[in-house]
Formats: sequence, C-alpha cells, structure tokens
Amino acid sequence: MTDLNKVMVEKYRNDFLKEVEANVEEGNWVKMCMQCGVCSGSCPLGPHWEHPPQEIFMMIRAGKRDEVLRSESMWMCTSCYNCIVRCPRELPITHIMHGLANYAHRLGIAPKLNPTRRFAKMFWNNITAGGRVNELKLSVGLYFMDGFASGIKKGLEMLPVGLGMLKTGRLNPFGLFSGGHCKGAGDIRKMIKKAKEIEDKRKGFAA
Amino acid sequence: MADTKIGAYICKGCGIGERLDTAQLAMIAQKEGKAQVVREHEFLCNSQGVEMIKNDIANEGVNHVVIAACSRRSKAETFNFDNVAISRANLREGVIWITPADDDKKEIVQEMAADYVRMGCAESLKMQIPAGNPSHGNNKRILVVGGGVSGMTAAIEASKTGYDVLLVEKTGSLGGWAAKLHKRVPNTEPYANPMDTGVADLIKKIESDKHIKVHLNSTITKTSGAPGQFSADISTESGGTATENIGAIIMASGFTPYDMNKLPHLGAGKSKDVVDQLGLEALAKAANGGPIKRPSDGKIVSSVVFVQCAGQRSDKEGELPYCSGHCCNTSIKQAMYFKDQNKDIDTVVMYTDLRTPGNGEDFYRSAQKKGVIFTKGVASEVVPGSELQVKFQDKILNEDAIAKADLVVLATGQVANSGVDIEQVPQDEPGKWAANKQSVLNMVYRQGKDLPLLKHGFNDSHFICFPYETRRTGIYTAGPVRRPMDMVQAIEDATGAALKAIQAVENASLGRAAHPRSGDLSFPTFRREGCTQCKRCTVECPFGAIDEDEQRYPQFNESRCRRCGTCMGACPVRVISFENYSVDTVGSQIKGVDMPDQFSEKPRILVLACENDAYPALDMAAMNHIQYSAFTRVIPVRCLGSINTIWVTDALNSGYDGVILMGCQKGENYQCHFVKGSEIAHTRMSKIDDTLKQLSLEVERVKTYEVAITDIQRAPALINEMAETIQKIGMSPLKF
Ligand code: SF4
Ligand code: SF4
Ligand code: SF4
Ligand code: SF4
Repeated sequence: MTDLNKVMVEKYRNDFLKEVEANVEEGNWVKMCMQCGVCSGSCPLGPHWEHPPQEIFMMIRAGKRDEVLRSESMWMCTSCYNCIVRCPRELPITHIMHGLANYAHRLGIAPKLNPTRRFAKMFWNNITAGGRVNELKLSVGLYFMDGFASGIKKGLEMLPVGLGMLKTGRLNPFGLFSGGHCKGAGDIRKMIKKAKEIEDKRKGFAA
Repeated sequence: MADTKIGAYICKGCGIGERLDTAQLAMIAQKEGKAQVVREHEFLCNSQGVEMIKNDIANEGVNHVVIAACSRRSKAETFNFDNVAISRANLREGVIWITPADDDKKEIVQEMAADYVRMGCAESLKMQIPAGNPSHGNNKRILVVGGGVSGMTAAIEASKTGYDVLLVEKTGSLGGWAAKLHKRVPNTEPYANPMDTGVADLIKKIESDKHIKVHLNSTITKTSGAPGQFSADISTESGGTATENIGAIIMASGFTPYDMNKLPHLGAGKSKDVVDQLGLEALAKAANGGPIKRPSDGKIVSSVVFVQCAGQRSDKEGELPYCSGHCCNTSIKQAMYFKDQNKDIDTVVMYTDLRTPGNGEDFYRSAQKKGVIFTKGVASEVVPGSELQVKFQDKILNEDAIAKADLVVLATGQVANSGVDIEQVPQDEPGKWAANKQSVLNMVYRQGKDLPLLKHGFNDSHFICFPYETRRTGIYTAGPVRRPMDMVQAIEDATGAALKAIQAVENASLGRAAHPRSGDLSFPTFRREGCTQCKRCTVECPFGAIDEDEQRYPQFNESRCRRCGTCMGACPVRVISFENYSVDTVGSQIKGVDMPDQFSEKPRILVLACENDAYPALDMAAMNHIQYSAFTRVIPVRCLGSINTIWVTDALNSGYDGVILMGCQKGENYQCHFVKGSEIAHTRMSKIDDTLKQLSLEVERVKTYEVAITDIQRAPALINEMAETIQKIGMSPLKF
C-alpha cells in the first residue's frame, strides 16, 4: 500500500462515498445518481467496461473502494460526453470518470499497465516538457509503448496517414530532433508545479 | 299530450345537396315517414334554418323533429329544442362521407340516405317527449363518511360551494392517519423539506364552519334512498341513532395499514426495532425534533434502513399485489427526519423502483443532496439482534449483500376500508336488512350493503375514466378507499368527489340523470302487468338502481338510474322502456328499412353501435373519408347492454343479411361507460347461435365486437369484412 493510500483509508474508514466527495473532481455529484442506467446505455464503449458508470456510482455508495479504484473501467472513458448530455440528473459523468482515474493514479493504485493511463502519462510529460504537444514524439512514443517490434508494425500500418499529414504540413518531420518547445516553457513548468502544490495542500495529499 | 306532429328537415349543406336527391328524401319523409311538415334547407344549422324549425314548433304545432343532416354528435347544441322529441338521420357522416361519389354508385347511396330518413321518422313516431323523473328528491345536503384528510377536505369544499354537510367519523376525533404523522411530504415549492401536516388547520376550519355538522364516535347503520332523497341512520357508540336526510354521499373511509406481522421474514414482530412507517411516525413524534430513539433499548438511532415495497407489489399469497403510491415519498420524508437532525446518521432507502409521484422527484433529489443513500435492492430477510442485519440482493451490482442498522422501517401498503365485499357475502332478504358491523354504509339496496369493488378491494368504477363515480349513483368515493394514494392526491380526490356530489344533487333536483348521461330527462318504466318477476333487470342493472317491492316486482329508483338501458335489453318480455328509447324506437327503425329482395344483390347490414365509442369511431372514420359498404344501416344505442335480442332476431327475420354489434371493451380493463353493459351484451349474444340455427342461418351473419373510440380504421373494416362474408355465403333467404 502506498503511503497516501494508507492515509486515505485511515481517514475515511468505511465511508468511500465521503472520500470520493472530498477528493475526486466533481465527486460530490455521485450521490445524485438515480441509477437509471442511461449513461451506461449511452456510452459507445459501455459493453467493454467491466463496471459502466452507473455501476461505478453504485459501487462507490456500497463502499467498494478497492474494486473501484483498482478498476480499469473509468480509464475506458474517451470523453465523448454522450453520457453527460443524456443523464437526466445532469451528473458530469465524464469528469467524474477522469476524476476517479486521476485519484486512483495519485494514490498509486491505478492499474500499472492500463494503456490509457500510460498514454495519459506520456501525453502529460510531452506537453508539460515543452508547453505544447510534440505530435511526432507523442505518436512514436505511443507506437513503441509495447516494445520495438510492435512499434515498427504499428508505424508501418499508420504510414499512409503519416505521409498524408506530412504532405499537408500537419506533421513537422524535424519534430523528433528539435525541441519544438514554446516560448517560456520553463515558466509553464513552474506554474504547473505551483498548481500541483496548491492542489495537494487543498486535498491533503501533501502529507 | 297533444298528438304527434312530425316535422322533417332535410339539409342540403355540407355537400348533401350535391350528392343526394333531397327532393326525393323529402317525399319519403312525407309519404312513408308520415311527417306533416317537411322542409329542405340550404344550411339547416344556420340561424335561418334553426329559426325555421323553431317557428314550426311554435306556430305549426310540430312536436317531433327529425333532422336529416349531420351526425347526432354534430351540432347537438344547435338542434336542441325544448319539449320536443328529436331524432337525427345521419346523411353526412353516415352517407355521403363514407361512400364514393361515382355515378354508378348514386343509386345505392341515395337508397342509403332514404333509409336513414325512413328510420328517423319511424323512430320519431315511437318516441315520447321525456318529462323528467317525477319522483325526484330535492335534498341537497351532503353526507361525508370519514373524518380524515379526504373527508375533511370534501366537507370543506362542499360547504365553501354553499352546501350543508354532515361529517361522520367513527373515532373520537377528526384527522385520521394524517393526525398521527410527525410531518408530511411537502406540497409546495421547493419540495425539499418535510412540512407541517396542516391537519390542525383543517380541523379548525371544520369546527368553525356552521354549515358542517360533525358526528364523532358514529357510524352509519342504515342507508336507503336515492340521489336527492337518501336517508341515513347515524348511530353513536353509546347506542343513540339519528335519522338524517341527505342528497348525496361521499365515502372517505380511508385505509388500514397492512398488517406488518404478516412479514416475519422481514423481522416484523420479531424485533421491536423493526417498525412500519406509521411506527416510525410515532417515534419521530415522540422525539419531536430531537434524536430519534429506537424502541428496544432507547438507543439513539445512528443507522436506519428503509425497506420499500414490504409486502407490496408482490405475488405472494396474503401480500398486496399493488403499489400504494405514497410510500416511496414517505420513506424519503422519514429519512429526512434523521438527516435533518444529524447528517451523520446513515440512512439507506432500499428500493426496487423508486416511485415518486407529484413533485416527488424534487423531493427525492433533495434527499440525495442531504446524503440519503438509495440502494436498488430487494430485502429478503431481516435478522434480529442488537444490530439488525438486512440481507438483500443488490440489483445493480447483482450480488447478495448485508446492510446493518439500528432500526429498520418497512414501507407497507394501504388496505382499503371498503366495507363488505358484496360479491362474497350473502345479502339479506329484501325487507330483512340488519346492520352489519363491517359495513361502512349498511345500504338497504337489493344488491348489497356496500359499494361494489373494482380491484384489490378498492371502491371505484374506473380509476381513469370515471374517478369517484362508484356504481351506486349519488355515492362517491374519495381518498385511499378509492385507490391507494398520498395526501396531495387525497385532497384532489376529495375536491373532485365533492363536485360530483354537488352535480348529483343538482341533477336529482331537476329530475335528470347523472353521469354519464348527465341531464337526460328520460327514465325507465316497466309495464307491471306484463312482468314475469324474472328479476333479470334487478340483477343485471350495473348500478343497483332496481330494488324489489313487497310483491317482488322490480322497483325502479329513477334517481339512481344512469339510463343505460341494460334492464331494457335484459327483459325477456320487453316491458321496460324509456320515453325516447325503447324496444319500439329501435325496432321500428330496423323494420323501417326498405328491404330489397333476395335477387337484387343489395344486401343489408345492420350495425348496432354504442353511442359512446363505436358510433363516434364511425363518425371519425367518415371525417377521414374512410369508406364502408353503402349497404350498411347503423343505429346508435345507449349501451350495448341495452340491446334486446329481439332486435337481432327481428332483423334476421326481416331479411338483413348480417348484423354487427359494436360495444366498448369489456372484462377486467373495461371501457364500457356503463361498466357491465358491454359484458352483459356479449354474454347474451353468445347464445345467439341457437337462434341462427333455428332460422337455418349461418352463424357468421351475426358478430359482436369490442370497438374503441380510436378504432377509426378498424370499425369500417369490420363492416366491410361482413360485406365480404355475405358475398361468400350469399344473401339471406328470409327476405319477403
Ligand atoms: S445517467 Fe445519470 S442518473 Fe442515470 S445512471 Fe447514469 S449517472 Fe446515474
Ligand atoms: S464520456 Fe466517457 S463515460 Fe461518458 S459516454 Fe463517453 S466514453 Fe462513456
Ligand atoms: S339497467 Fe341502466 S337504465 Fe336500467 S335501471 Fe339500471 S341504470 Fe337504469
Ligand atoms: S326483466 Fe322484465 S320481466 Fe323480468 S323482472 Fe324485470 S321487468 Fe319483470
């Protein structure tokens, strides 16, 4: 158990709902779900989730802390916003899904090998390094995420798309070498660092 | 009364003049229809046309008016003249709108119109001008039985409208169950918090209203009479009885909470800490805003589980099959008793479907905001102990789980206080009525002491179409005795029932019928000499309007009668009739049709259509220009129940090739405006096959259908189907 996770377990004991309300983005909405299932039915990826949003909300109320936080489910959300648009109770479901994923990640109990989590991390590192996304680096990184051989294979599959993007000037071929950073990237990094400090303090993660 | 003088008026408007030879129709009215005054008019419904008719009534002595124009359902107000008998020949919806305008069809279309004119005149000849019920009562006082929220509201509403009220309450105080509540579900914006019950205010209003007389500790030991002239014995516990005369009755006898001891598996009776909703109200009342303590050891409750639908919506023997409608909102309210006092108390509402009628959705949301947890699950067992364990099936996570609580509240249902079930309990012999303790009204009606039940022990005649109307005219039900409900609905109900009662006394005082033929002045009479005392009328009358006199003859109570004619249809010797609707008025129309011979290839189809649903459906088909066979002759009837089988036999004997009966849906989900009429007609008609066999006719020639008002495609299709059948099996051999 990571230290932070231990702290949180201790702090909220059996009340996972309270924990979610205090620490997860938009978590105070969870209690408002009326279990209609519209979100799960609307989600284009719904059938592939182990626990679709409706169920996640029920599990939170039922205090199933580990099952929820260690689950791959909320990492499935693609931010399509279908569920938000349709939820009769107007829950910001997408945001809660990301909030839960983020919280699990912060606690260090999110599934290590989850591809979304790995991509998100890669994206974060990429964008915070230069203040803007370096697309070539990001896609190369993504292709080679699972090793060299599969990276080459995926790269070849995507070749026509890549060439098309090159032709239309959508991809900078030198991006791999040049930094491509924006002006004052260092300042952005400082700002992000400060923001994180403030958030950690507010949420009690600083411990 | 003066001799019958028929005035027949033939309209040429709405295209009738272009499609039909109205001069020929006028001739028929005069020669065959025996109309003494016959006039054609370009637009009969315009002021000149109406003036013309009025003038003939005033100056020519016309007292029977035949309007050959549009359907009787159209311009009913325009063609409404006092003190004359009115019949309508439907040339527009009945002829020109449902037939093709082709030249080669002209002849049969004209024949159709001519028959309708003959039929209108024939009917008119047999009609009398209804004079209104001569033995009507004038009492307008309203008796309200039951002093709960429904009863008190009904009393106040009736009094506010200007009627005197007698309010009878069985217990020693007003208020009913509502008086036992700590607070009520909110009925105003923002629907977020429990609020004061308002019962004290209601009681104050009653007590200060000089038009409302209250009898406490009293029950009704005898009810007799009819709208406008009821008499009720009000007996007190101590034995005194007062006889009071009233005009109408509102029965608001409320409900009894379902006996939770029938649910031992949910811990009822096994642990003191398992209570029903009223039990919780008592605890909350005792706490009076402070922490609620549990009954067993007085410990302050820190966790509570509400089990919804306890013994309700169940198919188990002894449990209630229905939803009581208020209990989800009630549990939400009760969960708030805890949360509002201390937000850290765990409150779980365990439900299968949360049903929050009215503005309950806002209330539900408010509870969620307050942190009440809603779990979709079915409780299977409550294990007693110092900490109760609720075993349940989580319906979302699909697993068995246990919730622990200091207190468990069972949301049990409402059981109607509807008195004795007259279909189960044998009734007293006429004239030997004895008061029965279980009965609410102790009626001396031949049909039984209390109101007939509709479903699951509730008193009503149709939950949706005719609420408050019971099957006893002048007696209305309101509140949870009618169907399970909450306080908001009970108040609405009481107001509605009060209005119904007012309508009943007003109609009665004018000698007119009540719903659904409100305002009808005709009433059934019977020819005593011809009656064989078979009792069919007494038994089949859906409204218990007919008692028996000492000599065992039927005794009609005109004010109780709804004018459906079911008795008329039932009478085997045909001695029952109305002034303007009788075996003869319809019979003469059937016989009035000009019957072509067997070789003419012009069959005749008789349709007897209920005027409430089937006839309007045919009218609407006409408006949509949906066609049906021009060989059809449609006669509207008050109710399928009023059809005397003699009409069918006569029709077949006089050469009709097919007969179709169209009535409303019967059975459990009936839509018959007279509740039983359609059903009774179907039963009678099930025996028609024998008649057909005796006449050596094919059984396909007679069909009985249930037709809804929306069947505008189907009703014409059924007629066309019969036309095809006739083509297949051939013309009737009985034409002469
Ligand atoms: S759509 Fe909204 S209310 Fe319905 S289950 Fe999903 S989150 Fe809950
Ligand atoms: S926003 Fe996420 S959870 Fe909502 S429907 Fe789209 S993918 Fe599913
Ligand atoms: S059967 Fe109908 S018409 Fe006859 S007495 Fe009863 S209510 Fe009146
Ligand atoms: S149905 Fe006719 S014959 Fe029979 S009791 Fe009634 S009135 Fe008499």
